[in-house]
Amino acid sequence: MKLVTEKRGITSKLFRITAPIISILVALFVAGFLLLAADVNPLQAYLEIFQESLGSAYGLSETLVKTTPLIFTSLAVSLAFRMQIWNIGAEGQLYMGACGATAVALFSGIESHGVMITAMFLAAFLCGGLWAGVAGVLRARWQVNEVIVTLLMNYIAILGVDYLVYGPWKDPKGFNFPLTAQFSDVARLSEFFDTRFHSGFFLALFFALLMYLFMERTVWGYEIKVIGSNPKAARYAGMRTGLAIFAVLFLSGAIAGVAGFSEVAGLQHRLQHGISPGYGYTAIIIAWLAKRSAIGVVIVSFLMGVLLVGGDSLQLSWQLPVAFVYAFQGLILFFLLASDFFIHNRLRLAGRERHA
Amino acid sequence: MLEILLDATVRAGTPILFATLGAIINERAGIINLGIEGLMLIGALAGFAGTQASGSLLIGVMAAFVAAFLAGSIHGFITVQLRGNQIVSGLALTMFGIGITALFGRSMVGLTIEGFERVPIPGLSSLPVIGRAFFNQDLLIYFSFVLVVAIALFLYRTRWGLALRTVGENPAAADTCGVSVTLTRFLAVAIGSGIVGIGGAYLSLATTPMWIENMTAGRGWIAVALVIFASWSSYRALAGAYLFGGITAMQLRFQAMGTTVSVHILQMMPYFFTILVLVISTIRLQKGASQQPENLGQPYDREDRK
Repeated sequence: MKLVTEKRGITSKLFRITAPIISILVALFVAGFLLLAADVNPLQAYLEIFQESLGSAYGLSETLVKTTPLIFTSLAVSLAFRMQIWNIGAEGQLYMGACGATAVALFSGIESHGVMITAMFLAAFLCGGLWAGVAGVLRARWQVNEVIVTLLMNYIAILGVDYLVYGPWKDPKGFNFPLTAQFSDVARLSEFFDTRFHSGFFLALFFALLMYLFMERTVWGYEIKVIGSNPKAARYAGMRTGLAIFAVLFLSGAIAGVAGFSEVAGLQHRLQHGISPGYGYTAIIIAWLAKRSAIGVVIVSFLMGVLLVGGDSLQLSWQLPVAFVYAFQGLILFFLLASDFFIHNRLRLAGRERHA
Repeated sequence: MLEILLDATVRAGTPILFATLGAIINERAGIINLGIEGLMLIGALAGFAGTQASGSLLIGVMAAFVAAFLAGSIHGFITVQLRGNQIVSGLALTMFGIGITALFGRSMVGLTIEGFERVPIPGLSSLPVIGRAFFNQDLLIYFSFVLVVAIALFLYRTRWGLALRTVGENPAAADTCGVSVTLTRFLAVAIGSGIVGIGGAYLSLATTPMWIENMTAGRGWIAVALVIFASWSSYRALAGAYLFGGITAMQLRFQAMGTTVSVHILQMMPYFFTILVLVISTIRLQKGASQQPENLGQPYDREDRK
């Protein structure tokens, strides 16, 4: 008797829908052993994650605060995924967007709230878009690997923000901390219920809706999907793949840039060192888990928001490093990839007589 | 001055050299490994912990190899046996590596060990200019020289090397000749990952003999880009790694001289130059005959064979 794999005639629909959930559960199970090895009681830790993130109105508001940038960055990543373009640079594009929005907030002198917010939004959109557009040009013109370029540009963007907040943009009244002066009231998004929850969340939901309509109801969305699944056919059909690659990376970066706008205008009200704890990287997992669907992105972003808020709290109560969340996310991806295999294949016990 | 700069170049380039060599072995077998950054971290922590526990640097280096070998096996299993997406699996490995080393590294923060020391080679070490940089170094650096030559000989002068290259170029042909594509690819990923781990260990055992969370700071990604610069050749990997060692060395030199240029701008240089080099080498690859393994990134399924 021997265990062999064979292709399923038809893919299992039940398994396809449940695969992401199963992956998360198995990852939770395996991560439990990692926590045990690090002297943390996993059951207590998991209970704490849910209590802190969902157990109170404040916890829920914090979860939504973290869900907001995740929705933007995940939409950005999944838009590029649709065309088989890997934008691993949402983190850097978020930083550049935040930079653009901050420049407008601090130095434009606009006094109307509506004009100020619109200008900040546009600056962030443009900065994020141009930053990713560099990788877009390189990929479209010379087939330079966009994974490496977008990723390395993250380091440059983060160092660029550091340069600004440690240097020319540093708040003179900031006791030498690496942060800019606070934005005036006209440059802030509205907050609700006395919490840090801000209107950026609704903008994120609106973007998810736009993305859905764009992908499913427009010719451009259709073209992106065709180029992604069959670039040769797309070229025969007369689609300009080079231009599309640039446009998609620009748009993708622009959406990630808006995440930066939402973070500085809605939450931080200034630019500072380390404005994102890796939202752009988490976005890659969300986009993959959500199978690139806009609605899926919103749901999975919320789940990851739960995890991030819970992770912050574990950091305080168990001195767990925040980066532990990455280990967990890596595990989810591993199991998701493994489950993809079992959607198309199944295991079977093969008896000896069959080989005779 | 030149002597010191050259010495710093070799020392800064060595971790990237090991990582690039490991990545080349992966890609020669047809598997893209974007987990290099995570593997380096795993190697750095395992190397430090191994040395800390045993007092032996050799055991530390072996621990780094084994830990990265095992972590790389996850990537190997998913991409080779399960034919999963290589890019996603590699990114997952990097995240896993960053997270797990942060978790298990907590107890190592602040501990110290006796790191690698220089072992001058009599006679050669007193050569002008290059003596200090190449012949008055630690054992891991000498090992990296040996490895560069060994990998080149292995790939082009041995049966196994031929098998490894063939599964990357044309797995169906290798399969027809009786080479196990699955086993060869899996071993290439695992062993290549182990070598990447030694690169990480160089950071925690020689560069700065201590454990710092996320101490690789993007070196793994630079290595991924250098594979393309090196056109999948170990000798060119040496040149590429030292080029980046040189940029890092100069940047540190500038900082030490107290220049007015911001530290942050100087720190951008290696990343900036990596992108520049990547663009130039990609354009060059397209003009000449491409050295890229024909089946890089493609899963192999015997049933789909044409």
